Amino acid sequence: MAEISTQESSSENSRARWTYLDKILNRPGPFTDPDAFIPGTKESVERAKILVIGAGGLGCEILKNLALSGFKDIHVIDMDTIDVSNLNRQFLFRASDVGSYKATVAARFVESRVKGVKITPYCGKIQDKDEEYYMQFAMIVCGLDSIEARRWINATLVGMVDGSNPDSLKPLIDGGTEGFKGQARVILPTMTSCIECQLDMHAPRAAVPLCTLATIPRQPQHCIEWAHIIAWEEHRKDMTLDTDDPEHITWLYTQALARAAEFNIPGVTYSMTQGVVKNIIPAIASTNAIVAAACCNEAFKLSSNTNPFLGFPGTENYMMYTGDESVYTYTFEHQKKDDCPVCGSDTIARPITVSPSSTLQDFVDGLAERPEAQLKKPSIRTGSKSLYVQSMESLELQTRHNLERKMSDLVDEGEEIVITDRAFPTQFKYKVVFGK
Amino acid sequence: MADLPPPVQGPTAKERKYDRQLRLWGANGQIALENSHILLVNSGPGVVGVETLKNLVLPGIGNFTIQDSAVVSEADLGVNFFLEEEHLGGYRAEHTCNLLKELNPDVNGNFITEPIDTWLSNPDVLSPYTLILVIAPIKPELLAKISTHANTALIPFFYVHSVGFYSHFSVHLPPAFPIVDTHPSPETTTDLRLLKPWPELLEYVALKTRDLESMSADDHGHVPFVALLLHYLEEWKKEHNGEVPQNYKEKTAFRDIVSKAARTNNAEGGEENFDEAVAAVLKSLNPPEPSSTVKDIFKAPESLLIRQNSPSFWVIANAIGLFYTKYGVLPVPGAVPDMKARSADYIELQNVYKSKARKDLAEVLDSVRFLERNAGRSEPIEEKDVEAFCKNAAHIKLVRGRPLLTIPAEGELKWGDRAKAIAQTLTFPDSLVPLYIAFLAWDKFVTTHDKDASLVAPKVPGEADSDVEADTEKVTGMAVHIANQLVKEANTSLDEDDLSTLNKQLSDFSHELVRAGGAELHNISAVTGGTVSQEIIKVITEQYVPVDNTCIFDGVKSKTAVFRV
Repeated sequence: MAEISTQESSSENSRARWTYLDKILNRPGPFTDPDAFIPGTKESVERAKILVIGAGGLGCEILKNLALSGFKDIHVIDMDTIDVSNLNRQFLFRASDVGSYKATVAARFVESRVKGVKITPYCGKIQDKDEEYYMQFAMIVCGLDSIEARRWINATLVGMVDGSNPDSLKPLIDGGTEGFKGQARVILPTMTSCIECQLDMHAPRAAVPLCTLATIPRQPQHCIEWAHIIAWEEHRKDMTLDTDDPEHITWLYTQALARAAEFNIPGVTYSMTQGVVKNIIPAIASTNAIVAAACCNEAFKLSSNTNPFLGFPGTENYMMYTGDESVYTYTFEHQKKDDCPVCGSDTIARPITVSPSSTLQDFVDGLAERPEAQLKKPSIRTGSKSLYVQSMESLELQTRHNLERKMSDLVDEGEEIVITDRAFPTQFKYKVVFGK
Repeated sequence: MADLPPPVQGPTAKERKYDRQLRLWGANGQIALENSHILLVNSGPGVVGVETLKNLVLPGIGNFTIQDSAVVSEADLGVNFFLEEEHLGGYRAEHTCNLLKELNPDVNGNFITEPIDTWLSNPDVLSPYTLILVIAPIKPELLAKISTHANTALIPFFYVHSVGFYSHFSVHLPPAFPIVDTHPSPETTTDLRLLKPWPELLEYVALKTRDLESMSADDHGHVPFVALLLHYLEEWKKEHNGEVPQNYKEKTAFRDIVSKAARTNNAEGGEENFDEAVAAVLKSLNPPEPSSTVKDIFKAPESLLIRQNSPSFWVIANAIGLFYTKYGVLPVPGAVPDMKARSADYIELQNVYKSKARKDLAEVLDSVRFLERNAGRSEPIEEKDVEAFCKNAAHIKLVRGRPLLTIPAEGELKWGDRAKAIAQTLTFPDSLVPLYIAFLAWDKFVTTHDKDASLVAPKVPGEADSDVEADTEKVTGMAVHIANQLVKEANTSLDEDDLSTLNKQLSDFSHELVRAGGAELHNISAVTGGTVSQEIIKVITEQYVPVDNTCIFDGVKSKTAVFRV
């Protein structure tokens, strides 16, 4: 930014505003590291350029918290626009903002409320930005609801680390919530356990087998998934399903209701239809407040050294919060995995159990659901040949015939396979282990 | 499809706005929130209370009132998100109230700027509120006054500290705070009664497992696992004098029998329904014995003696207690997990459980009606309430609320019947009880350092840089004294090592509190505002399980601890 900030009005610049924060910044405490903490230093927080990914439930809280922690140069990325169902928790948005970009509205709101903070919004995808962009930040705070986006930024930040340039290591602070539960974690890429190391802690819900949906539904959800996956394809093939379009949801609901009636299955409702089709995760303001503030507390400590932070190598780096039965937190050190496909050693391939009698198609489908893999569009090759490639149409056509072949015909026990997926800027190395 | 009537109405505007939370606490929880009126008695930098309210205004509590006589200062603008520059010099209560109201047009907000001392001296001033939230620092006499009101009015009352990197809250609930809708995790709720099957269930099993060995592959692979387990249990009983597998060894032997009965000469090399049966053996073959917490509720004095004005919870608890005495089990909840099965077979099984649940419910309902007649109650309890209780009977909870432990205006702190238990945890590694004691010492400092005699603006430790050292010493001294008194009251003693570790912890925690000089850090107040608002939602909706009764947050280590004092 070429713009030079002019002297603002005396009241905006008044240090009196930061009376409370300065007590902490000016005074050492019993746990401060005397080598790292210099009393009276404001610049380490004020000058730190910090990136917030997500301007939703967590993002709104994060922006407010950082601004009131003394950060002055904040950037925020979000591709979404505001929906009415956001208003029960995304407190920077009003009914009149519905339809506008979250990043812009959130940035303007916090800038106008907290004088002297500059918030630069970007309305788009994190994948639009390159390493040079991410390199400008001191650290990154994530408030995302997608595992895929977290894995992308994690792999990108791990890839950026250059041993000869300490500035290339960008701490990643990540929060997530579901209902009354949530977690906050701090990652020092390549030094401590990364998102990919921790992937199996966030296992995806098991998908219902297609044959259950098609022939023997038992639950109302099965009828809804049937309408979603099978009936839509049959009757409305030419229309793209828009899960935000009430007419589309109503259509699915009617279909699901009729199918449920046919099998005497009770319990299909409009709300359940919406929940299943959009994969809705319950979200409330209070849980977002807890997780976002726990993340920002770490960001503040990391920048200011006013107290030890989570994530220092060899110490605790993960806080789990559970609020539905009393209050319980578990704060621990998640260990880095040597065979992590993103931050682990290049020479170690992670073992993956493969059924020799199953087909490559089964294996490909299974990769989406395995907690430790969760790859939806994988391309697979061995040291000598490509088994299946999805990234290019021509190659897909050439390799498609392999899908029906048995795994035992394609790979040997102990052989290394490399899996890539367009969603991630990295490759995943595995060693085949034959199971039952 | 064309001749179907138009579908039911889509969601209302309110349902759409609150969709993500209605999936947690439902329409009943939402109504409870909308009927509430929360009073915030604000103090200090005043952030944690406002952050708490923010998380309650957003989901749509009915009403809130902020009592706060402070005037907006420059320092407020650097820590409180719900104040703006143009509010400098105005009342903090008024402006935070107005900016909070902007968050949700459905919520009513009020403010009171009269100083707490005089305001509280008016009669009945607390009566409109259904829940009170008090932020430290506050004079002990005033805290006692509010506590007495909460005690007689039977309303929940929260007391909160947010100081630097640390926070604390305690909640005073009514002496009997029962919860039916505890939302237990789904893994813990399956109750199939495999060891106490009833005739209709056994009939179903006989029908579905007839000629099991000679079934076609497709039929064999679709027998519901419940039927499989009960079938093999009957076989087992024949060879074991009518006894079911008793111990781990027998259960694993039984599991092997089931496992070996699966057909493996197929493409998959096994059968999913048998896999499910094998996986369920260890957790399903337990006698359906209610937990001691549940049995204690049946034995509670409120349950044993039903009066005309007993809350409905106790009437139903008594009725279910009778059911338990008669049958040795709780009513069947009636839910059946999903399992590999053909649609019709599964629905039939579901109906077997549902009809048993209905039958049990009818019996409990009869007892409820009998109790109602006996006690001369005019308003009958709704059947849906009895049904909800029967469904979740194994997971009901009772919290015995008690008055807060607070620094008295004069004399020593008394821990009473909690002294022993708390003294025991005092020296556990990572115990946050010492931090709680440091908070008590912080309160003690405030009550003994009366800045302008009126205590409208109490002096907190560490206000000026030059005070830090002396105040740390004072607060530490008070904390050590409180800890010593506790150990004495518990009639125990600490060895020298424990004592010196404890004293070091008390000194460190006191130092970190004094370092803040009464400052709130926005992040710590936001975490605490989140936690307290979760608790308030749980208490108001009477769903989930609230904290009993004290919670500490350590923002240095990002940890919490909960204990009962």
